[in-house]
Amino acid sequence: MWIEALIAVTLASAFAVFLAPNKVAGKLAFALSLLPLVGSLWMYSTYEASGNALLEGSELAFESNFEWVTAGPYALNWHVGLDGISMPLVALTTVLTSLALLASWTPIDERQSQFYGLMLFLEASLLGVFSALDFFVWFVFWEMVLVPMYVLIGVWGGPRRKYAAIKMFVYTNIASLVMFIGFIALVFGLGDSVTSLDMPAIAQALRAGELGGLGPLSAGTLKVAAFVAMFAGFAVKVPVVPFHTWLPDAHVEAPTPVSIMLAGVLLKMGTYALLRFNFTMLPKVAQNNAQIIALFAVISVIYGAMLALAQSDLKRIVAYSSVSSMGYVILGLVAYTLYGMGGATFQMVAHGLISGLMFMSVGVIYNTTHTRMVSDMSGLASKMPFTVAVFVAGAFGYMGLPLMAGFAAELFIFLGSFGAFAGSVWFTAAAMFGIVVVAGYLLFAMQRTLFGTFELETDYEVGPAAFHDVAPLVVLILLVILLGVEPSIFYTMIQDAVNPLVPAAGGGV
Amino acid sequence: MAFQLPTWMALGPTFVLGLTALLLLVFDSITPNATSRGVLSGTATLGSLVAVGLSAWYLLAGTGAEPIRLYQNSLVVDTMTLFFAFVFSSVTALVSVASYDYLRDHSYQAEYYALVTLAATGMTLMAAANSLAVVFVSLELASLPSYALVAILKKNRGSVEAGLKYFLVGALSSSIFAYGISLVYGVTGSLLLPEIANNLAAPELTGVLGLGIMMVLGGFAFKTASVPFHFWAPEAYEGAPAPISAFLSSASKAAGFAVAFRVFLVAFPIEQLVTGAAASVDWVLAAQILAVVTMTLGNFAAATQDTVKRMLAYSSIGHAGYVLIGLAALSGGNNEFVLAGGMSHLLVYGFMNTGAFLFIALTEYWSIGRNFEDFNGLASQAPFACTVMTVFLFNLAGLPVGGGFMSKYFLFGAAVGAGFWWLAAVGAINSAVSLYYYSRVVKAMWIEDASGEFDIESKPVGLYAALAAAAVVTVLLLPGFGPVWQYATDAAAALVA
Repeated sequence: MWIEALIAVTLASAFAVFLAPNKVAGKLAFALSLLPLVGSLWMYSTYEASGNALLEGSELAFESNFEWVTAGPYALNWHVGLDGISMPLVALTTVLTSLALLASWTPIDERQSQFYGLMLFLEASLLGVFSALDFFVWFVFWEMVLVPMYVLIGVWGGPRRKYAAIKMFVYTNIASLVMFIGFIALVFGLGDSVTSLDMPAIAQALRAGELGGLGPLSAGTLKVAAFVAMFAGFAVKVPVVPFHTWLPDAHVEAPTPVSIMLAGVLLKMGTYALLRFNFTMLPKVAQNNAQIIALFAVISVIYGAMLALAQSDLKRIVAYSSVSSMGYVILGLVAYTLYGMGGATFQMVAHGLISGLMFMSVGVIYNTTHTRMVSDMSGLASKMPFTVAVFVAGAFGYMGLPLMAGFAAELFIFLGSFGAFAGSVWFTAAAMFGIVVVAGYLLFAMQRTLFGTFELETDYEVGPAAFHDVAPLVVLILLVILLGVEPSIFYTMIQDAVNPLVPAAGGGV
Repeated sequence: MAFQLPTWMALGPTFVLGLTALLLLVFDSITPNATSRGVLSGTATLGSLVAVGLSAWYLLAGTGAEPIRLYQNSLVVDTMTLFFAFVFSSVTALVSVASYDYLRDHSYQAEYYALVTLAATGMTLMAAANSLAVVFVSLELASLPSYALVAILKKNRGSVEAGLKYFLVGALSSSIFAYGISLVYGVTGSLLLPEIANNLAAPELTGVLGLGIMMVLGGFAFKTASVPFHFWAPEAYEGAPAPISAFLSSASKAAGFAVAFRVFLVAFPIEQLVTGAAASVDWVLAAQILAVVTMTLGNFAAATQDTVKRMLAYSSIGHAGYVLIGLAALSGGNNEFVLAGGMSHLLVYGFMNTGAFLFIALTEYWSIGRNFEDFNGLASQAPFACTVMTVFLFNLAGLPVGGGFMSKYFLFGAAVGAGFWWLAAVGAINSAVSLYYYSRVVKAMWIEDASGEFDIESKPVGLYAALAAAAVVTVLLLPGFGPVWQYATDAAAALVA
């Protein structure tokens, strides 16, 4: 019942904050968000499970499974549980939410209670996405994420917020629909061999080859069609080039805390779902088309990095770099090796922390200088040394400097994908080149904005940021280093859940 | 069983609603001008709540599990009757509470509540009708008060015009319906639904029978605001007082479907009409065409509207199209689930759609304009009402914030299961379109900046209470969908068996 308690406490907090007066909403929301944070950390420390949530012979942590609606082939169950893939993401969600709430105190200056209420509502939905094991429950949470996000960007965002919010909403909702149709087609293709939408049951039935045809579609065509529909649906969320155009708009217009949640957790929904659905349920299709998927991944890495190189807005630079980083995740997944898939999952967490760190520090710089244009500022290091130091540390993390989380993740991915399938050497080499570009644009941007003589085209006084603005940055940088020095904190757990998926370990079908 | 209620008590919800209407008329005749709004609205609410309670109690006690036949089998109380009685009386209760504020300065208060409860009586009777004669009478009992209710804002030209239009179309379709009944009677020699089915083997008059069935279908299309008899609906819903729009688009529509389900399944079994000796008309095919056209027309027309109330009116036509899938996907071997999908969508719809129209009632009460732009920035002034409205709209669109998603999922899923995946696909595309226009309202309320000052001088208790109740039920129907689905499948199973 711990997962239910976690979600319920967060939802109840959201309502409490929604009704609280504006003045106290921020502090109340932060205080209340500590409950799920402590809860998830406690769950983490007592976590005891083995194997992959969707495969046979696994033992899940905090699992519960109740009948909800019984209706022949349409039965729904409340089924939640955690394995080594979802546990780190649940922890990541609670950590980032609390820090993002702290980072909201300065920039959010109107309708606070609504803002903080929606942030907590968002957290509850995300926790649900990462713990649900029934497709229906999962989809409910998946769609629930959109509603607060839409309002959060649309009300508290920048000048083009309405456009960005609607674009995000329309893109990702249509994607969900496409994915939904793909998945439901699979379920109907399975016919009588499944009696509910239980994801483990469906995954096992699919892997056991019980899929029949559907209408005019043969089983083989149905598999590929469903794979494509689900991949397209999740690729928008990730986002994979060319489905990425909503992301920079959403990022640039969203207020800092929302950007943190968007890059840190929301994008992981896409890769998490890809791992759970496409790569776990239809491994054969994925393996047969590895080159095509890897091509998407590499294009995302290189093209995202190139786009970042061309930006003049600090936030846009960070936003496009997310496209690039998530490309690595796809590459790791398609490798189907222990290191590849494990590294991909590790990268989800690592990128969550690092991108959160980057957006937060850009936010702190913006709060002080009121500009994000690279050309408008120079030599910030002399005025706000601490913030700048953290920004540099985050950028190093992004570049994949050893002993930081990003390095561990990317190393695993490259180790895993190198030689994993025909042609993978070339894909890996091309993706590795992305690191060079990343280092290029980050160093270039830092050199122009942070160092040199101080110059700023703005009317605002520039000084060190408030304690509550820098505190979350410190927490994040410590976490990034911790994960870089000691990857096994998460990695053993992740490996244990990923291993059954890997063909070499006898998991491939 | 220590104590057994007399069998006529099975019609309890109908009697309670009818007596409430009479009681209201008595109040009015004692003190025509002095009866307070509170007493009238309170009586109507209390009466409908008792009806809600009775139907819920009967359902829980399993009263309808074995159909109770009354008055020489011309009325039947089974799970479906009670299921729909629950829907009608819930909507009536919400509307009665909300009308307390809405009717603040209007005349004909007692008549208003009496007409609402009378129409509700007719609707519960429709759900119980087991003879075409009773179907006709109860349909008229539900319709005639509705005409008057639409036109009750006598000084408002829109209201009067809408009432007139509604009445004219209604009269026309009533006569078509009555003619259809007479043709069916002529061929089968009976008005009782089960007997019609028994007498269907009369091959020499199949053409007449087919014509009669199509005319009956037309009558239902009018009542449920389905294409091609839909064009009264946008006018009537827009011109009527908003609580009445809620009442008509939720309860009245559900009543039309309740009786259509029973008549077509019991009296005109599709196997006999397509393949048997009486092969005359494939009304399932007709329902398929109706469903596709109705949802598409409703949704695309809704997407192009300028006023919110009219948008909701067209979207309600779209929802009629979804429910028609319940009839259209029959004969696919999954009848029970398809029909249950339609029924449970009507139940959820009863709450979410009523809620949305009651929000319109609230904005009319505040004299906020009718266009989308007039709602700009309303959330900063009335965050609670706007949150609730957001819940309704996302539910109507089928996002999983409440029961709306559940019922649509089951409906479309059952259609796919019956092999009609193309019906589900059209439904899904329409749902995607509907998200566009529903979220326009959400966008206006939350995201746009207010263009002017709102004149929100008070927060009416009645309207707020009704909105809150509808929202709570709508959301709770997500986790609590189990029993709804259970009763709907039970009811459907009894019909298709």
